[in-house]
Amino acid sequence: MTTRTLALPLAASLATALTLAGGYAHAQSATMEKCFGISLAGANDCAAGPGTTCSGTSTVDYQGNAWTLVAAGTCAEIELPAMADGTARMGSLEELARDLPPA
Amino acid sequence: MLHDLSHAETERAFHKAIWGIEPPAGVTAPDRADVAQRFKVYRNNVQHSLTRALAARFPVIEQLVGAEFFTAMARVFIANAPPRDPVLLRWGDCFATFLAGFPPVSHLPYLADVARLEYARGCACHAADADPVAPEALTVPDPGALRLVLHPSVALFTSQMPAVQIWQSHQPGSTRRPFARGPDHALIARQPDFTVIVERIMPDTLAVLAELRDGATLGHAATKADPTPALTLLLRHGLIIDTDRGAVA
Amino acid sequence: MPQLPRTTGLGFKPEHFRDIMAEPGVIGFFEIHAENYMGDGGAPHAMLAALRADHALSIHGVGLSIGGAGKLNADHLTRLRKLIDRYQPESFSEHLAWSSHGAAWLNDLLPLPYTQQTLTTICAHIDQVQDRLGCRMLLENPATYVTFTQSTWSETDFLTEITRRTGCGLLLDINNVFVSATNHRFDARAYLAAFPLAAVGEIHLAGHDTEELPSGPLLIDSHGAPVADPVWALYAEVLGQIGPVPTLIEWDTDVPGYPVLLAEAAHAQALLQSVKPGQSHAA
Repeated sequence: MTTRTLALPLAASLATALTLAGGYAHAQSATMEKCFGISLAGANDCAAGPGTTCSGTSTVDYQGNAWTLVAAGTCAEIELPAMADGTARMGSLEELARDLPPA
Repeated sequence: MLHDLSHAETERAFHKAIWGIEPPAGVTAPDRADVAQRFKVYRNNVQHSLTRALAARFPVIEQLVGAEFFTAMARVFIANAPPRDPVLLRWGDCFATFLAGFPPVSHLPYLADVARLEYARGCACHAADADPVAPEALTVPDPGALRLVLHPSVALFTSQMPAVQIWQSHQPGSTRRPFARGPDHALIARQPDFTVIVERIMPDTLAVLAELRDGATLGHAATKADPTPALTLLLRHGLIIDTDRGAVA
Repeated sequence: MPQLPRTTGLGFKPEHFRDIMAEPGVIGFFEIHAENYMGDGGAPHAMLAALRADHALSIHGVGLSIGGAGKLNADHLTRLRKLIDRYQPESFSEHLAWSSHGAAWLNDLLPLPYTQQTLTTICAHIDQVQDRLGCRMLLENPATYVTFTQSTWSETDFLTEITRRTGCGLLLDINNVFVSATNHRFDARAYLAAFPLAAVGEIHLAGHDTEELPSGPLLIDSHGAPVADPVWALYAEVLGQIGPVPTLIEWDTDVPGYPVLLAEAAHAQALLQSVKPGQSHAA
């Protein structure tokens, strides 16, 4: 990291920051209620999940070595910028059948 | 012979069967033909509850790979790295490392960094509480000698990939857009209203924040770059919890 | 530790926080799962502190693995003690089940055989918990899907002996009784007749799911539905025997809007209030 000449003296920088920050204390009380409870549902429960004997999920052979599923979420839509070597880095997918790493 | 099974042996067999195919010896039911199906309830409860706990911690990873793939992948992760204690809000610290080494996602090089970001968000969410200082604490005659104590939730994130942009594009209401090439940097922290922020920042701002976090004086941090953007962020989000005007190091 | 009020409580869900605080005190007490409040700070603690200020509190652990063969997790006991010291709950309860094996935590309440050996281990665990936490705990009867060939005790005798040896109280989950009775084809009323009701310090009510096996129904303790009619009937009968007991409605999956939970709580409250005032339970 190179040392740079400061654009502003520190005091001026602080004054600018305080102005730009503009009273977070106000925002605090305004959004307190809104933000309680968002994405904070606890993970620990004592209920049985819907994964019951009829659940089809057990058909996935999670212990086997034949990995046949393909990531099919939004990653397929993501196109990354070309990397430094010029290689395009697509998130698009092809059928994969690879061995899992040893457990 | 089953009557000779010790408590520990029974538990070991049950545990092994949770990850296996057959129910353990020694479990029974009024109709013994049912036992395998009944045992599956436990197997599925373990798998399902842990998978959902993982998805709650890594919602963008689930969006990126899709729910079906995530569930199957979670099973492999859970079998390899189950939670080590009952506090699930801390679980998942090694998920990013797992993703980086999981062959079926090797063509998605950004997944591990997005997972690191999501884990850091969770840590900020549950970090210790501390009230911000009044802004007047910063208006002192010699600000260069000030050291800032930052909120315990403050974390600085760096990815060589556009991981912050990918994460942001998966937030509600965001629009997909072309990503700038990485690296990406972000300030992750919890505001006084308990919202966790992920602010994408420039390398200069990261450099100043890193100095301040590590206890440098404001004067020293300002030699890295103009501190105004870093100070604005810290003040706007209530992340300065104390100041110290001790001797200059 | 002061006692929970002999009224109706609800399992606390963060999504209901605003509804609860809009009209605090409508519900007699709230119950939380201890492990969800073991972070250092943030919204969970802020909400719990606000909730606690206006309501009685029951802390319900789902992580101690009291029914496990191994030693209790000392770090976890320390965390529980810290939580109890901070929030001063009216009750602490845990499960007759295990959930960790070696270093792995399984996040489910798993069953155990009822033998002389498991009895000894569990009583030692409960002694340790009560000693470390400095309070009397309640132990909850499980809902199970299998039993063990090596069991030599009935569940009710097992629980009775645990209370006798350790002095702990019991959390009677009537849905669990109905689920287990249906699954193992025994009579829920006979089970309750053999249950040491005098030790009951709290009752749980919840909904279950039903699956069909070739041999008949298998009930799943899902906590994702209204309390079933046969469970309400058993509850009324238990209240008739022991008088009003703090009663919790649990709803943990597919959690509905707050008014649905209030309606369930009101149903329980009506049954609680129908019990003759002279009746009181002996816990």
